[in-house]
Amino acid sequence: MIPITHFLIVSTLMFFIGIYGFLTRRNLITVLMSVELILNSVNINFVVFNRYLYPDQLQGHFFALFIIAIAAAEASVAIALIINIYRRFTSIEVDNVDEMKF
Amino acid sequence: MNYFYTIWILLIPLFVFLMTGLFGARFKPWISGVIGTVGLFISFLLSVYTAWRFFFSGESAGTYPVIIAAKTTWLHLTDKLSIDLGVLLDPISVMMLVVITTVSFMVHLYSIGYMKGERGFERYYSFLSLFTFSMLGLVVSTNIFEMYIFWELVGVSSYLLIGFYYERPSAVAASKKAFIVTRFADLGFLIGILILSYYTGTFDFAEITNPHSPVFTGIASVSFMGASAITWSMLLIFMGGAGKSAMFPLHIWLPDAMEGPTPVSALIHAATMVVAGVYLVARMFPIYAFHAPEALTVISWVGGFTSLFAAVIACTQFDIKRVLAYSTLSQIGYMMLALGVSGYGGEEGLGYMASMFHLFTHAMFKALLFLCAGSVIHAVHSNYIYDMGGLRKYLPVTHLTFLVACLAIAGIPPFAGFFSKDEILVAAWNHNRFLFSIEYLVAGITAFYMFRLYFGIFWNKKPHYHHTPHESPLVMTIPLMLLAAGSAFTGFIPFATLVSSDRVPFETSMHLNIAIPSVLIALAGITVAFILYGKESLASGKISDSLGSAYRIIYNKFYVDELYLFVTRGIIFRFISRPVAWFDRHIVDGTMNGIAWIISVFSERIKGLQSGQLQHYALVFVSGALILIMIVLYNLS
Repeated sequence: MIPITHFLIVSTLMFFIGIYGFLTRRNLITVLMSVELILNSVNINFVVFNRYLYPDQLQGHFFALFIIAIAAAEASVAIALIINIYRRFTSIEVDNVDEMKF
Repeated sequence: MNYFYTIWILLIPLFVFLMTGLFGARFKPWISGVIGTVGLFISFLLSVYTAWRFFFSGESAGTYPVIIAAKTTWLHLTDKLSIDLGVLLDPISVMMLVVITTVSFMVHLYSIGYMKGERGFERYYSFLSLFTFSMLGLVVSTNIFEMYIFWELVGVSSYLLIGFYYERPSAVAASKKAFIVTRFADLGFLIGILILSYYTGTFDFAEITNPHSPVFTGIASVSFMGASAITWSMLLIFMGGAGKSAMFPLHIWLPDAMEGPTPVSALIHAATMVVAGVYLVARMFPIYAFHAPEALTVISWVGGFTSLFAAVIACTQFDIKRVLAYSTLSQIGYMMLALGVSGYGGEEGLGYMASMFHLFTHAMFKALLFLCAGSVIHAVHSNYIYDMGGLRKYLPVTHLTFLVACLAIAGIPPFAGFFSKDEILVAAWNHNRFLFSIEYLVAGITAFYMFRLYFGIFWNKKPHYHHTPHESPLVMTIPLMLLAAGSAFTGFIPFATLVSSDRVPFETSMHLNIAIPSVLIALAGITVAFILYGKESLASGKISDSLGSAYRIIYNKFYVDELYLFVTRGIIFRFISRPVAWFDRHIVDGTMNGIAWIISVFSERIKGLQSGQLQHYALVFVSGALILIMIVLYNLS
C-alpha cells in the first residue's frame, strides 16, 4: 500500500502551486484554474484522510463530492464575471480591474 | 366655595391660541378675530363673576381668604420640594384677572377694526390669545416658579407681537431689544428665586408670603457683601420686575416696543404686561416688608426716579405713541414708589393698596389712550404730532374719550386717576417727604405732556390732510367708549375695602390738604399746555431753543441708549467678546482643525495600501493566514 505521506506531498504541492498561480498570474482564467487546483488539493486530502484514518466511514468522500459540485458552480459564476469584465474592459488582465479603491 | 371653574379663564385663551394658531390660516381671517373675541368675552364674564363672588360673599372674619382653586404637581423634585401648577385666588390676583380680561377683551374687539385687511390677521389673534393666557397664568400662579414660567411666556408673546411687522427692520430690532433686555433682567429674577428657595426650601407663595412663616429663620443670619441673603434675593427678584416693568435703567426697550401694532401697545405695553413687575413686588410684599426693608427703599427710589425721568422725556417727544410709552414708564414709577413706601397691614399698608388701585385705574385710562392714539393714527396715517391738529371735528368720539383719559391721567376729579394718585401721594407724604415732592412735580409734568398731546392732536392748526380724516368704525369706537366709562368711574370703587396688604379691609378718607394742591398743579400743567399748544404758536419752539443743550439731552432721552451702546459695544464687545471670539477662533477651533489636519495627512499617506489590485489583497490575506498558522503551530509544540 502506498504510504499516506506520498498523497499528502502531492496535495501540498498542488496547494502551493495553486497559491502561487493565484498570486502571480495576470490572466483571470489562469487565476480561476489556480483556485481549482487549491480546491482539488483539498479534495485529495479529504479522501486520503478518510481512507487511511477512518476506513469504515464516508464523511470525507461526501465532502469531496460536495466540493466538486460547489467548484463547478463557482467556476460558472466566475466565468460569467470574467465575461462581464471582458465586456467592460476588453481584457481579462487582473491588473486592469483596479477601480474599487479609495 | 368651589372656584375650580376659574381654570377655564386661563384655558379658553389657550384653546383659542391653539385653534387660531393651527387652523387660522384655513379659515377666512375674520373668523379668527371672532373666535378670539368671543373666547375672551367668556373669560371676561367668568372673571367678573369670580370677582363678584370673591369680594361680595367670600369674606370671612373680616379677611379675604387665599384660595387655591386648583393645584397639580408638575415636577416632583424631592419629597419636600416640588413645583406645582395651580390657580391661586386672593384679592390682587382676582383684581388682575378682571383688569387683564377687560383690557384684553377691549383690545380684541378693537383689533377687528384696526387690523382689518392686515396680512397675518389670524397670526395676530393667536399671539394675542397666547399673551392673554400667559398673563392670566402669571397672576394666578400659586408658586414663584410657576410665575417664572408664565413670566417667560409673557416675554415671548411680547416679543412676537412687537415683531409682528417682521418685514420692517425697526420692528425686528425693537423686538430683539425688548426680549434681550427683559431676558437680562430675568437672569436676576431667576438667581433671586434660586437664592430664596435655597434658604426657605419652598416655592409656594402661601408659605413664603405668610408673615409668621417659620421658613425664614435660617436666612436672616446669612449675609453677603454687607446685606443679608434675603435682601440680595429680593433685590434680584426686583431686578426681574424692573426689567418687565421697564424701570430705569432697564427701561430702554419699552419706547422701542411701540413698533408693534397699536392695540398691542395698549394691551401689553401699557395695561398688563408692564405692570407684571409691580404685581410681582405686590405678590412678594410681605417678604419685602418684614425681611428686606432695604430692598423696599431701593424700590421706592427707583420708582420715584423713573417717574420723574420718564415724565421729563415725554415732554419732548413728537411720536405720540412714544409720549404714551414714557407716560407709562412714569405711571409705573408711581406704582413702584407707592409699594416702596408702604408698610404692612391696615393704614400702614396704604401705599400697597394705592399701588394696586393705580394699577387698576391706569390700566383703564392708559389702554384708552393707546386705543385712541390707534384711532388717530388710523385716521391720519402718521405717528407724529406735527402731522396732526384740529382733529376734533373729524374724530368726535376719539376726541371726547381721549379727553376723558387725559383728565384721568392728569388727576382731575372726579376721574379715576385722581383718586388713585391721591392715595399714592398720601402714602408718600407719610413716609418720604422728598419722594413726595418729586411726585408732586411729576403730577404737574404729567398733566402738561398729556395735554400737549391732546391740544396738539385735536386743536392747534390744521395741517394739510391728503384725504379727509374720518372717524373709526363702530367696532373700534365702542371699546373706546367702554374704557372711557371705566376711566371716568372706576375711581369711585372703594378700593381699600377690597385690596389691602394683609387682606383686611380698611377705610380711607380724602386728604384735602394733599388733594387740592395736586389738582392745582395739574391744572397749572394743563394751562401751560393750553398756552403753548392750544393754538398755533411759536412759543414752544422758542422755549425749546432757549433751553439749548438741556433740551437736546432730554430730546435724546438722556443718551441712555447711547450709554448702553457704549457699554455693550465699546466695552463688553471690545474687551470681553473680541478676546473670547479670538480665543474661540484660534485656540479652540485651531485645536480641532489641527487634529483634523493631522488625520487627513496621515490617511493621505496610507491610502496607497488600498490599491484595488485583487492579488495584493490576496497576498496580504495569504501571508496573514500563514503567520497565524505559524503562531498556532509554535504554541502547540
